[in-house]
Parts: sequence; structure tokens; C-alpha cells
Amino acid sequence: MAEKSLQGKVWQFGDDINTDLIVPARYLNTSDPQELATHCMEDVDPEFTKKIARGDIIVAGKNFGCGSSREHAPLAIKSAGIACVIAKSFARIFFRNAINIGLPILESQDAIEEIVTGNVVKIDLAAGKIYDLTTGKTYRATQFPPFMEQLIAAGGLMEWIKQKKMHNTVDCQ
Amino acid sequence: MTITEKILAAHAGREVVEPGELIEVKLDLLLGNDITAPLAIAEFQKTGAQKVFDPEKVVLIPDHFTPNKDIKSAEQAKILRDFARQQNLHHYYEVGRVGIEHAFLPEQGLVLPGDCVIGADSHTCTYGALGAFSTGVGSTDLAAAMITGETWLKVPATIKVIYYGKLNRWVSSKDLILHLIGDIGVDGALYKTLEFTGETITNLSVDARLTMANMAIEAGAKNGIFPVDEITIEYVQKRAKRDYKVYASDKDAQYYDVREYDVGTLEPQVAFPPLPENVRPVSAASEISLDQVVIGSCTNGRIEDLRIAAEILRGRQVSSNIRLIVIPATQAIYLQALREGLIEIFITAGAAVSTPTCGPCLGGHMGVLAKGERALATTNRNFVGRMGHPESEVYLASPAVAAASAVLGRIVSPVELGL
Ligand code: SF4
Repeated sequence: MAEKSLQGKVWQFGDDINTDLIVPARYLNTSDPQELATHCMEDVDPEFTKKIARGDIIVAGKNFGCGSSREHAPLAIKSAGIACVIAKSFARIFFRNAINIGLPILESQDAIEEIVTGNVVKIDLAAGKIYDLTTGKTYRATQFPPFMEQLIAAGGLMEWIKQKKMHNTVDCQ
Repeated sequence: MTITEKILAAHAGREVVEPGELIEVKLDLLLGNDITAPLAIAEFQKTGAQKVFDPEKVVLIPDHFTPNKDIKSAEQAKILRDFARQQNLHHYYEVGRVGIEHAFLPEQGLVLPGDCVIGADSHTCTYGALGAFSTGVGSTDLAAAMITGETWLKVPATIKVIYYGKLNRWVSSKDLILHLIGDIGVDGALYKTLEFTGETITNLSVDARLTMANMAIEAGAKNGIFPVDEITIEYVQKRAKRDYKVYASDKDAQYYDVREYDVGTLEPQVAFPPLPENVRPVSAASEISLDQVVIGSCTNGRIEDLRIAAEILRGRQVSSNIRLIVIPATQAIYLQALREGLIEIFITAGAAVSTPTCGPCLGGHMGVLAKGERALATTNRNFVGRMGHPESEVYLASPAVAAASAVLGRIVSPVELGL
């Protein structure tokens, strides 16, 4: 993942935010990331993309990204300038897709109970720490398994595949 | 081990796997469609890769915005077509021969018991009905697998679901799966396998099982899977063009959870918007008036679904307030329905019948809803804006409930028609 330390304003969402809310299917006749970005979260909050600034952070409840397999969803979030998504849990295909395309995501049980829209949060991805600069509180994110750390460190799945093909050394176990 | 664990172990070249392990598996089939494949093809090309690992194992299906609804979707579909030609893919099917992917692949015998399949579409889990492991992934996963023929997976723990009891008239497999999702919620099986068993299941046709496995993802599951029995074998034997292997769960297999449902008194079920978990019996929905009814999709667009709908619509008229849209899921189903006289019944009743496409299921085309409109559909998702305007609503139910509701203009069981 690109930067190790991120800081931005929080936008809070509830549970079960599905991929149709993140980017409605009516816009999937394109795969242009910039165009997708303009519809990010449109059906939850039509003004969302106008309100956010590059580097902002989404905080959400359980099962974020449930629904379809569309990679357009994490792509739209990433291209809209959102630096990271913190959720209580992620739907599994969204989870894979985010890691594969290098959108930083973190799972944290307690952070999402307390961090609300407008708070400013700093994230240390390497240490898996979330600092709420508004309240002064610190939270720990769930650690990724080592294999996923490799994927993330490689810069996503395609980079990992390239490296693996070249060296044939990366082990999945 | 469970059936899922055995299939994954075999494809990872291992004797044993355990839930939670990260493994790499060899794939028997990969799937992409006109929404997900263009991104995958772009990723594939960015790596400089020249050839897919095996042109027999990469399937591309243009089904979502096809026949192309506008210039942009035409461009997307063309990316598939050009790639399929350039790579000599054996399984690219053009409009006029194709169908909705998850109805089409089993029908054509492209997926078989014991297979390990990924598809860049979340409802790839449908093929579990045949005793295969299949799961949805994203476009980048598909791109990587097109190069290597492999993917990484976390071995899921299994939730065993046991159904018993004889189903009432007009109660179908759609009601069984909606009932389950209503009980465990849209993340009730997150990262897990749903293994469907029990005497009620052994009596279901393959069409009916495909409906249930299809909606495993609606409970967050990685895959849904059925034991292979004579009904499965009869279905695949006339379709298979290659060998396949039957796996079965051991008697002492370890389950994360076991859930039992006595469905002998179950009513038809309806999922209220905006989530498939908002499930109530049809009797609690009869005040809800409708504007549109859709019968189709990879969930319930197969021949048995159309037969049930036609049985109810025969000699009846669609309510003057309702637009009924019927979409056979594949060309073969369409033709079969035509031969059986079902299409004539639909048209005489006042329904629109469409060529196979995903169309309205994802609010793409062929029946998009206006602001404030309400639809009942045999599809699998009722999210906000799924079938059109964000302030439209989608209710999910079986083909029987859909057909009866189209006649009365509100959500009802066929029982209300005196059937
Ligand atoms: S019919 Fe609906 S759920 Fe099925 S593949 Fe098409 S869009 Fe997806």
C-alpha cells in the first residue's frame, strides 16, 4: 500500500454498506476509475463526493462491501481520494479486491464504535494503529496474516504475481 | 473433512486442509462477464502477459448489459469479444447463443462435480449445487488466475444446514434460502461455507438447488454446496464432456455450526427492501401493492421457474397496474419454454418476454424502476437502487409468488387465487 502513514477527516457509515451503494450498477457500463469516482457512495449520500477531500477516511460498521464482486467499488473509493476504510468487518470479496488493488483497509472492533464523522484520524498502517486526533484515543486494528502482508507489501496482487513468477519463492503458507 | 475441504485439498495438492489455512489451488474454470472482465483484461495486459494459461478454462460471458444497451456497454462487450478471439478462448458465447452466466455454465456442462471454480461475479457460488467448489472474486483475482491458473484462498469453516419436512404446495427452494438468510442475516455465513443437507434437500431438483446455492453469498458465504446424489449425476451425465470427481463430507467432519430447520409448515417467503435478510412470510406482505414484477435472473430464470409461473398465469391476466417482465435465463430455456407453450401463456396474460439478459436484476436495462416505484422480483438482491431509482423498492420472492402477485397487483401467495 502506497503510504504508510495516513491522516484525514472521517466519514461515518452504518452496517452492511453494499456495493450497489458504493457504486450503483447503472454506472458499471464503464470501468474508468475517474468516472466511477464521481458516483462514489451516491445512493447513500448524493453529495458525498462534493464534501470529501483527498486523504479522507471512511469508518463503517459490519460487513462493509457486501453484495457484488465489482472491483469498481473499491476502485471508486480509491479514485475518489479516500485514503483508507476502517470497518468492523468486510464482506469477503470486497476484502480481497481492496487488498488486490492497494486500497488500504483496516478491521477494528472498538474504533468504529467511537470515531464519528468530522473527527480527524491518523493511521499508522505498518503498526496497525489508529489515532483519533480529535478525542486523543488510540485503537489497534486487527493484524493481517503474513501472506496478506506480503501481498500488500508487493503493492497488490498483480505485482505479487510478477515477483512470484520471477523468483518463484513466495510461499503461500 | 467436509466436501468443501476435500475439494480444496485436492486442488491444493494436499491430503488435508483445515479451516483458516491459506492455500493456493489449481482451477478447473475461470469466469468473467461484461462488467468484470474488461477490468481483468486490462490488468492482464498491463503485466505484459501474452497468453492465458489455458484457453479451454477461461469463460467469458456477455450477459449484464447485453444485448448492448448503449455505446459504453457496447465498448465493454467488445473488449471481451476481441480478447476471446485473440486468445482463442473455447468458451466465449455471443448474444443469441449465450445466457445468464450462472444458468448457462451448469446447463452447458461447463462446471461439474468436484471442480474448483472462481468467477469475477459474486454469484459464482451457484455451482455448489452440483457439488463443486465455486466462489466469486474480483477482476484482479481473475486477471492473475488467467495467467497462472491458480488462486489463493482461505479454507472456510463450514456451517451445515439441515432441512427436514415436506414442503407445502407453492413453497420452493427460494423460500428455503430466504428463510435461512432471514434467520442468520446478510453476514451470518461471512467467510464460511453453507452446506445444504437434509431430507427436504434430497427431494429437490438441480434447478431448485441452483437457486439456493446462488444466494449463499447473500448470507456472506464464500460458497454454498450440496452433496452429490443421483439427481445431480443424472443432470451432469448428459452434459459432461470431461471427467469429474465426486466428493462427500465424512461422517465425522468438523462443522463450525449446525442449523436445523423444520420446513413442513413454512409459508412462501418475501424479503423486504433493502436487504435480503428482511424476510417475512407472504401473509405479512399482502398489503403491499406493486408496479412491476420480474421473473428471471440467475436465481429463478430456469425452466422449472417458468413452468410454475405459467401454471399460475394460464387463463389469467396480469393486473392492469402491473408490468410483468419474464426473462428466460438462457437461449435453451427460452426455446424449451417456447416448445412447451409457456411463452404463449405469458404473452396472452399480458407479460413482456425478453431475450436472456441480466437486465433489470441489477437496474441495467429492460425494466428499470422510476422514483417511488415498487417491484417484486425472483432475483437475489433488493438493495437500495438495485433495480433503478434509489427511492424505488425491490421485494424478493419465488416465481410462484411473483406470478400470483402479477395477477392481483399486490404481494400474494397463489393460494389467494384459489390455487
Ligand atoms: S442475473 Fe442478476 S445476480 Fe445474476 S449474474 Fe446477472 S446481475 Fe448478477
